[in-house]
Amino acid sequence: MNVLVYLLPIALGLGLVGLLAFLWALRSGQYSDVEGAAQRVLADDDLER
Amino acid sequence: MAEALDLSLYAKPAGDGTLGMDVAVEGIACGGCIARIEDAVKRLPGVTQARLNFTNRRLHVAWSDDVIKPAQILQTLETIGYHGHPFVPLRAEQEEAAEARRLLRCLAVAGFAAMNIMLLSVSVWSGNVTDISPETRDFFHWASALIALPAAAYAGRPFFASAWQALRAHSLNMNVPISLGVTLALAMSVVETAHHAEHAYFDSAIMLLFFLLVGRTLDHAMRRKTRAIAGNLAALKGETAHRLVDGELVGVPVAALQAGDRVLVRPGERVPSDGVLLSGTSEIDESLITGETMRRKIAPGTTVYAGSMNYSGAFTLQVTTPGGATLIDEIESLLEKAASAKSHAMRLADRAARIYAPMVHTTAALTAIGWLIAGASVHDAVVIAISVLIITCPCALALAIPAVQVVASGALFRCGVILNSGDAIERLAEADTVIFDKTGTLTLPEARVVNAGDIDPVLLQKAARLALSSRHPLAIALSREAVVRTPFDDATEQPGRGVWVMLDGSEARLGNAEFCNVAQPAANERGASTICFSHGGRSANIMISQKLRLDAAEVVNSLAKLGLDVRILSGDRNAAVRPIAEALGVSQWLGELKPAEKIAITESLREQGRRVLMVGDGLNDAPALAVAHVSLSPIAAADLTQAQADAVFLGEKLAPVLEAVLIARRARRLMSQNLWLAAVYNAVAVPVAIIGWVTPLIAALAMSGSSIIVTLNALRAYRGRRS
Repeated sequence: MNVLVYLLPIALGLGLVGLLAFLWALRSGQYSDVEGAAQRVLADDDLER
Repeated sequence: MAEALDLSLYAKPAGDGTLGMDVAVEGIACGGCIARIEDAVKRLPGVTQARLNFTNRRLHVAWSDDVIKPAQILQTLETIGYHGHPFVPLRAEQEEAAEARRLLRCLAVAGFAAMNIMLLSVSVWSGNVTDISPETRDFFHWASALIALPAAAYAGRPFFASAWQALRAHSLNMNVPISLGVTLALAMSVVETAHHAEHAYFDSAIMLLFFLLVGRTLDHAMRRKTRAIAGNLAALKGETAHRLVDGELVGVPVAALQAGDRVLVRPGERVPSDGVLLSGTSEIDESLITGETMRRKIAPGTTVYAGSMNYSGAFTLQVTTPGGATLIDEIESLLEKAASAKSHAMRLADRAARIYAPMVHTTAALTAIGWLIAGASVHDAVVIAISVLIITCPCALALAIPAVQVVASGALFRCGVILNSGDAIERLAEADTVIFDKTGTLTLPEARVVNAGDIDPVLLQKAARLALSSRHPLAIALSREAVVRTPFDDATEQPGRGVWVMLDGSEARLGNAEFCNVAQPAANERGASTICFSHGGRSANIMISQKLRLDAAEVVNSLAKLGLDVRILSGDRNAAVRPIAEALGVSQWLGELKPAEKIAITESLREQGRRVLMVGDGLNDAPALAVAHVSLSPIAAADLTQAQADAVFLGEKLAPVLEAVLIARRARRLMSQNLWLAAVYNAVAVPVAIIGWVTPLIAALAMSGSSIIVTLNALRAYRGRRS
């Protein structure tokens, strides 16, 4: 069972990365306009017109 | 004359040499509007950033100074078909945004911790029935403790802080048993882990926090959204005042006025601020302030109040108290008294907590004593007592009410009702008496033609089209009847008398009787104002008056059918109130009431044990709104009145009042259903816990299960007619 000694920290570390990613997204304002984001993804503003 | 518009009040320097402004935008219908608005604004010279927030319909613009004026941004919006008004975000809104982010961070931490602890717990549970070694189990338990303790300390703060506040005020709220349960569960788990026990309760404690935070976050998000929309509506209502600076007129937002400023008020405009008349004479309509529809004559030296409508002449005003934030002294003092006397209806959740919390704590204590008497060791007795506490932790109970509130306020929002206070739904459901104000509430906020049926339609249309050329309030009311919306060319207005134009070879005149050369119309008892029209030897007296909201009769009828006692209390003359009351079939009405009398009546009804729903819009209603059990206000109401109301409704119809009552009653039913569900869950779970059979697995399953059932039941509050 010695494998747990490093597997467990790895599993927790991965979860922690997800948590930090969420906190970063929150801090950079990505949750301030969720409806707008849903609409913007449909806009073709990246195409040449 | 094109008047300069000075919006510099709203432009805030951003630090990097640019200016920033927030604009509430009206008319956004779909996602396509985002690109249209942003592209158009970005094309303006000097604009460095334009970002539309689709959730709260607000545009943030940044531009380098001196290249464009803020007013140009609004003009650009007008040209592509949107109406915008700049605003300064309220401090309360900023604080709420910060609180929302705090809750989300807590939620994220609790979610992360709950997932990882569950991972460890599931291993322990399956290991306990197979062949886990005590060392591995201890290792897993200590790992859980390592995650759970800091996570709970961080994510539990909203609950601990509120519980501590309640305890310091010598009262109990729902957060007290929650905090106690979580703390005890964690403490016991640490002790158990140190003693190499089979079970630890880290998972239950963290799951509990996670579920509760989900409820809080949703509740908060919904309230924030409705608050933002209400803020936009207030900004869009914001009017411009014409300030006289060195003899020149400059348009400024009303919020920028300062004491001592001189302001020009033209006919057909609202008085932007309280002040004293310097020059000019006019008649003003103070119905928004007193409910009185009869106009008052004003002359230099008279004091006028913000919100009055200027009828006949232009006048100059010296601002005494800026921003229109003041009101008549009498109303102010009444309002103070009313606010302090307001019975604080205890919220359902807190009422439940007050019964529930002591019961849970007593049960747990009795369990421990019972097991001790039965001969169990102190350790076992304490463990069982704490498991009782954990399993009864009011997870479902704390979700039962917020979940319904979130869903119901969403349903209300769709019907055009915006809530100001969170517990208004409960109080709305309890109302058994409805008091309506007349002017602006039962009637439309603007006057309309009332005798259109008696006038030759051709003549009426000519009059209405001619009225488009005048800014007189009566003419504006008449012009709403016009089918052709283009004014006649060459129409000339004689201020204070009327407007005329050459039409088909003869003069058409619209104005007072003298101006139109017709006999003075007889005074009519309905309190309507008359405007005359003559053309080619024919003439008509057009009566303009407050008109009932289209569905007023229907709504009053339905409210009565629901068992509500409908009454009318008005500050207007009896002669004006009687026909309205008769048309609506309301037998209990009173007119000519002063604000103090409205309060007295509302209070006496309360003393009779009635729960009064007050619907009103005028400044004279504000104190009564504050005294009433629950209150509603139309969006056109005076600002202060809206601030007092528990909810604001939109649109020209009265139907939202009825919808609000219906939705609130359904929500209330669901709330008590949910409380019963939670009670049944406890009735089953508590005996099992007392016997000592509860393992952490059962506790976790039972708590999540009951939370999910309660949440699903709450979703039923969303059904409602779309209007």
